[in-house]
Amino acid sequence: MTRSANRPARRLGRYTRRGFLVATAAVAGGVAFGVWKAREVPPNPLAPEEGVALNPWLLIDALGVTVVVPRAEMGQGVRTTLAALVAEELDADFAAIRVIHGPPAQAYYNGALMEAGLPYPAYALTERQRWIGRQMAVLPKLLSLQVTGGSTSTVDAFEKMRLAGATARETLKRAAAARTGADIAQLLTEAGAVVLPDGTRLPYPELAAEAAAIAPPEVTLRDPGQWRLLGRPLPRTDMVEKVTGTATFGADVMLPGMKFATVRMNPRLGGPMLSFDPAPALALGGVERVIDLGTGIAVVGATTWHAMRGAEAVAVDWGPAPYPETSAEIFAAIAAAFDAAPNSTLRDDGEIPPPAAGDVSAEYRVPFLAHATMEPMNATALRTADALEVWCGTQAPVVTRDKCAEAVGLDPAAVTVHTTYLGGGFGRRAEFDFAVLAARVADAMPGTPVKVTWSRAEDMRHDFYRPAAIARFRGRVAGGRIAALEAAIAAPSVTRQSMGRLAGFAPPGPDKGHVEGAFDQPYAIPNWRVAGHLADLAVPVGFWRSVGNSMNAFFHESFIDELAHAAGADPLRFRLDHVRPVHAPSARVLEAVAEMSGWGEDAPGTAKGVAFTHSFGTPVAEVVEVADEGGSIRITRAWIACDPGRVLDPAIVEAQMVSGLVYGLSAAAMQEITFAGGEVAQENFWDHDALRLHTCPKVEVRILQDNPHMGGVGEPGTPPAAAALANAVFALTGQRIRELPLRRSVRFVA
Amino acid sequence: MRLTVNGTPREVGDDPDLPLLWALRDVLGLTGTKFGCGVAACGACTVLIDGAAVRSCQVAVADVRGAVTTIEGVGTPEALAPIQQAWVEHQVAQCGYCQPGQILQAAALLASNPNPTDADIDAAMAGNLCRCGTYPKIRAAIRRAAAMAQGAGP
Ligand code: FES
Ligand code: FES
Repeated sequence: MTRSANRPARRLGRYTRRGFLVATAAVAGGVAFGVWKAREVPPNPLAPEEGVALNPWLLIDALGVTVVVPRAEMGQGVRTTLAALVAEELDADFAAIRVIHGPPAQAYYNGALMEAGLPYPAYALTERQRWIGRQMAVLPKLLSLQVTGGSTSTVDAFEKMRLAGATARETLKRAAAARTGADIAQLLTEAGAVVLPDGTRLPYPELAAEAAAIAPPEVTLRDPGQWRLLGRPLPRTDMVEKVTGTATFGADVMLPGMKFATVRMNPRLGGPMLSFDPAPALALGGVERVIDLGTGIAVVGATTWHAMRGAEAVAVDWGPAPYPETSAEIFAAIAAAFDAAPNSTLRDDGEIPPPAAGDVSAEYRVPFLAHATMEPMNATALRTADALEVWCGTQAPVVTRDKCAEAVGLDPAAVTVHTTYLGGGFGRRAEFDFAVLAARVADAMPGTPVKVTWSRAEDMRHDFYRPAAIARFRGRVAGGRIAALEAAIAAPSVTRQSMGRLAGFAPPGPDKGHVEGAFDQPYAIPNWRVAGHLADLAVPVGFWRSVGNSMNAFFHESFIDELAHAAGADPLRFRLDHVRPVHAPSARVLEAVAEMSGWGEDAPGTAKGVAFTHSFGTPVAEVVEVADEGGSIRITRAWIACDPGRVLDPAIVEAQMVSGLVYGLSAAAMQEITFAGGEVAQENFWDHDALRLHTCPKVEVRILQDNPHMGGVGEPGTPPAAAALANAVFALTGQRIRELPLRRSVRFVA
Repeated sequence: MRLTVNGTPREVGDDPDLPLLWALRDVLGLTGTKFGCGVAACGACTVLIDGAAVRSCQVAVADVRGAVTTIEGVGTPEALAPIQQAWVEHQVAQCGYCQPGQILQAAALLASNPNPTDADIDAAMAGNLCRCGTYPKIRAAIRRAAAMAQGAGP
């Protein structure tokens, strides 16, 4: 497994022009099943059941089978699961297939993004609403939304990429029948070859050229009962590279004659640069050049370290930030948004009664959060007379191509983007700022490839943060049930800001992402309103793993706990009572997590908290156990039950659930981004830390598959984590903490 | 300046202050050693010097007094070291960016303590951050590598 899976990756590991041509062109003796078609009309998204004539996901050449997985591999295993979709139908030898990312192309639009954007709770989508979502897939196509995000990759690819494999298989069989005169009904396919009735094997590469001349037939997808690869844990196609240091991340791109650079942009985000003096930097050894980028500088050095040292030495006079200077003022601006009319009231059921004695009220706040991917932002670029080449880890290669083109005054067709492995994404690499900066640095030094790597401080202090937010909840319980629940949530809008950056306009209408995780939960509450208030703030905000759910699940699931407490009910039982009548798969994950965690029985000095969120189509329930360790809190154990519907690779789903939980717990316990003097105060992992091996709980995951619709897995593990932890701390200490990070209020074991 | 890297003498330029990390990555092109923080806070840059795990972002090339081992010197895709086999068996990596540092830190632990307890593993690995949260699998892979070395066989 290890050798064959890795061999091709090594060959493609260095991003040379030639390597890329081999992968994209048929002229080298290979047959790309439709790779060239990517430049023509992408497959009709409205009728995929009828088969796609030629498809952009498969290349067969003399070296074997290459699957194009046009999604960013940032740890979520997409290069394994999506490749398996093709291999399953193609009857390819999974251990021998190669996987490449492929070029940015409209054909690789993410059709599942739109269904995710429908302004309805996902658990309650009707068939008609899902149908509308599929029709809306035309929008990502027209906008060329080749995006890895929203936990949609598998849902989007599930049919497309199996069809790609099935179509190719049947075409190859036709080629074999035409060549040998055999009856096509007698032909089998197995391990990368067509097998004739007499047992003769015709490997796909030998048939590929003939197959290319044959019109692909319509195909029927196999019944899941016949699957050999899907539904079971597969060895990840990226594993051997990643344990041998041979995986090429953006930061690892090496080109002949390449220079090393870094950037230092205005830490008052979006503010101008008034003046700068490069002399102190140029006086240092190894500093070759200081480039004026308008709102900051780039320094080119003998090594990245020389460049970073030089960048620190440049004397710069920064202009002011376009937002209030301190966290206190920023929170005041967010609170002020409650005074204006709401942008959305996506949940508006029944009647909200006027306030009365006995109502439960609470105000919560969460801070800005950095993504802090393990690999700092970086990109490599080469500007030539009439073209630009960019290498980087990106979740949005088409947008990156277009924005880089715009930045250097080229037509997008003159720009090539090579997508490398991503050393973490979490939404940060859905932005294009790091690629555009590299393009601009390269533009200043035509003919010379340049790798632009950010320092950790630059990365931490120039993020598109998870927004800070304030939520006000009021609720009433009667007879052990929630009689009424009113919520208002105020924060700057990720949707508006990111659409402004991407498309130059902010979409009108209700912002679903702003209230997701609060308005769309499957609870039976007769009188229920959730209003979203958008704060107009220029602090850069962006997509952070699970987006709005990351904050709203903390608000909603903390408040559900408060209501359970007010009702004198067990918090898990209380949730079940409200969820069971609405959504059976959600109730089942709660039941599962109760059983797994031994809910109701706590060892002395320990306590458990529970939270539940339905996000990205997947209900997830989490129980977190905490222990008092000499006055400090240790997160000892956690249990996750999820139901993403049909599971294609249970090991990858489990890994994503654990990852999402750890990411959420890290933020909830310890992380915040604060502002002082218009600048982010945090710089590095010493003041923006995360759980580590010795503070990470033991985690157990149970995956149910009763959900009739496939959901995502990359993000849904994150939302319940914060509330489950805060609820556990309440159970342990009696202290209800309504502000994150929790370490502002309690001490954790370090 | 000369260093011995993965058993081979290498020339790394003339700046004595250059951190080993950048000599490896930018001068020698050994990009398996990762830059994560530059301030000894993440462990991504971990290499071995005479078998001891060090943060290569904190060691100037002039101060390197022993033989350097990077992830490229541990094993190759064609010939994985046992510790890498353990990592593959447990399918540890997600994004993978922290893993070379994790593996070298674990290799140093196992070299000095072939049968580490959970507390030993905690203490040794506390400096190595993983933003993907692969910790439970890292722990399992370390145990597996220890068992393999004790003769439990692959
Ligand atoms: S880069 Fe050296 S410890 Fe983080
Ligand atoms: S695997 Fe991504 S940071 Fe560890």
